[in-house]
Amino acid sequence: MPEVTYREAVRDALAAAMRSDDGVFIMGEDIAEMGGSMGVTQGLLDEFGAERVRNTPISEMAIVGAGIGAAMAGMRPVVEIMYEDFLTLSLEQIVNQAAKHRYMSGGQVTVPLTIRTQGGAGWSPGAQHAQQLEAWLVHVPGLKVAYPSTPEDVRGMLWTSIYDDNPVVFFEHRLLYPVKGQVPDELEPIPLGKARVVREGADVTVIAIGPLVHRALEAAKQAEAEGISVEVVDPRTLQPLDEDTLVASVKKTNRAVVAHEAVTRMGFGAEVASVLQYKAFDYLDAPIERVGAKFAPLAFAPVMEQFVVPDAGDVLAAIRRTVGK
Amino acid sequence: MRDFLREMLMIRRFEEKVEERFRAGELPGFLHVAIGQEAIAVGVCRAMEDGDIFASTHRAHAHALAGGTHPNAVMAELYGKVEGCCRGYGGSMHLYDVEHGNFGANAVIGGGLPGVTGAGLAFKLRNEPRVAVAFFGDGATNIGTFHESLNLAQLWKTKTIFVCENNHWAESTPGWQHSPVWDDMSKRALAYDMRAIKVDGQDVEAVHEAALEALEHARSGEGPVFLDVETYRMHGHFIGDPQVYRTKDDREDAAEHDPIPRLRERLGLSDDEFDELDREAHAVVDEALEFAKNGTDPRPEDALKNVYA
Repeated sequence: MPEVTYREAVRDALAAAMRSDDGVFIMGEDIAEMGGSMGVTQGLLDEFGAERVRNTPISEMAIVGAGIGAAMAGMRPVVEIMYEDFLTLSLEQIVNQAAKHRYMSGGQVTVPLTIRTQGGAGWSPGAQHAQQLEAWLVHVPGLKVAYPSTPEDVRGMLWTSIYDDNPVVFFEHRLLYPVKGQVPDELEPIPLGKARVVREGADVTVIAIGPLVHRALEAAKQAEAEGISVEVVDPRTLQPLDEDTLVASVKKTNRAVVAHEAVTRMGFGAEVASVLQYKAFDYLDAPIERVGAKFAPLAFAPVMEQFVVPDAGDVLAAIRRTVGK
Repeated sequence: MRDFLREMLMIRRFEEKVEERFRAGELPGFLHVAIGQEAIAVGVCRAMEDGDIFASTHRAHAHALAGGTHPNAVMAELYGKVEGCCRGYGGSMHLYDVEHGNFGANAVIGGGLPGVTGAGLAFKLRNEPRVAVAFFGDGATNIGTFHESLNLAQLWKTKTIFVCENNHWAESTPGWQHSPVWDDMSKRALAYDMRAIKVDGQDVEAVHEAALEALEHARSGEGPVFLDVETYRMHGHFIGDPQVYRTKDDREDAAEHDPIPRLRERLGLSDDEFDELDREAHAVVDEALEFAKNGTDPRPEDALKNVYA
């Protein structure tokens, strides 16, 4: 099994999909010669040419909207929104158009569009380049939402998203791009809507997404030294949500921590906590703990940013609270 | 030309019937009729070829009917019936009929323009001789999607035409209050180096000719075209709109702008000949109404279908 970075895994999936299907093309800001602001699409212009690797104007509504129209006309576009903060500019097209064409038409059309974006704190960009807005999108019927945390997952899930007949908003995290991991020799599609038990444990389940999966694993290691056995589960897809796997884990451990980098209040974790309390109520031995960013925009000064964003220590503290330590 | 008149009359009678039934409390939601603007829908749609697609606006009935959707299916949709062109999921402002090239009417002003640009891009990438047509009003020329779409379409020379139905009203706000170029929208195209054609939207023949020219230009890959169509909204923004913002003179002038008598005159039709066409139009609409009223209500729980493919 080769080891690749998360960045390479994304690129691999894009290239593989473009090789296998002429209908797949990519467009976004600075994705061609520059290879994207995160270097994800480097080299794709050389292989696939400017028709299929399209630099766009700074024009988020048109990027997403043109993707919608091309998808309705039978293509499988993958559009890139450089920072998920800029998703807000294209939200009308995502929420009112992409998510609803199939429904409003009574099933006549499909919108096989993938919207890739990335965000995340940890490098002091300030308040407009590091938000985590996945909860906004999970709230909209008609959209699928993916947020893979490892190279293997990002490669297999991006492929699946591209070939899904629904619009998929595909979140990547800036700090994950250099993370390495093993991937199968051949690209293996990973279905959307399937969680992954990342680490098995007996005392408490941490349900984490994106970078918090890695921070949860760190916390789990420390917890183990303290005699607490932690299971880490990554939903991977936020919509549809694999409730069964999450609930089964919590029924086994009887305690749960839900963790994401986004602001805790009204975050994705609130929904997960609700699912758990409803479906595993009799199994819970402690209140469900939630870990997320504090309720403030992201400050520029590194010390303030670090204070707002949850780290492994925050997860560990939540784990301890569930077992009364 | 006689077929154009037949179609415009049918649309007129359809819209009048919709107004009547809405006022009678039979139709849910809220509705916008295109009375006075029929020549644009007919002139443009009759110029389109099989395989061309279009996207419409909240004022969608005329486009759908001119696009070839059966009046029964449109009326049934307005009644929220399973027999409707969207099986009751869409309604007046969201009429789709993919088989007839209708990729959807949009209740968000300017919401469909990026999509039409993208469809035109797909046609170009696949070397297909197809064109994607966007209908929108002058009110849409102030929203971001309009500017982003025109820019992208011209930049990439997508197979797209933009049909601006300039009725000089953005709901209740007159053109002069919402745009510095309200009386010459083709200046908007100029800013994007896009070819523009100005045409009198009350003259169906002129609209048809301009649309043929624009479609041919886009189809051949030479780039998008902006059709600047001057028209006249004879009724209110929505059915029941008291139009307090409109002068009495303006409303009384409406008849002078009616495209139907104008075409009738051009064709030199006698009263008998016109009445015969009109009877046909009424009969089509009456049948549509009957069809719609006898339609099937969806099962409430079907609201959970079609959310995902």
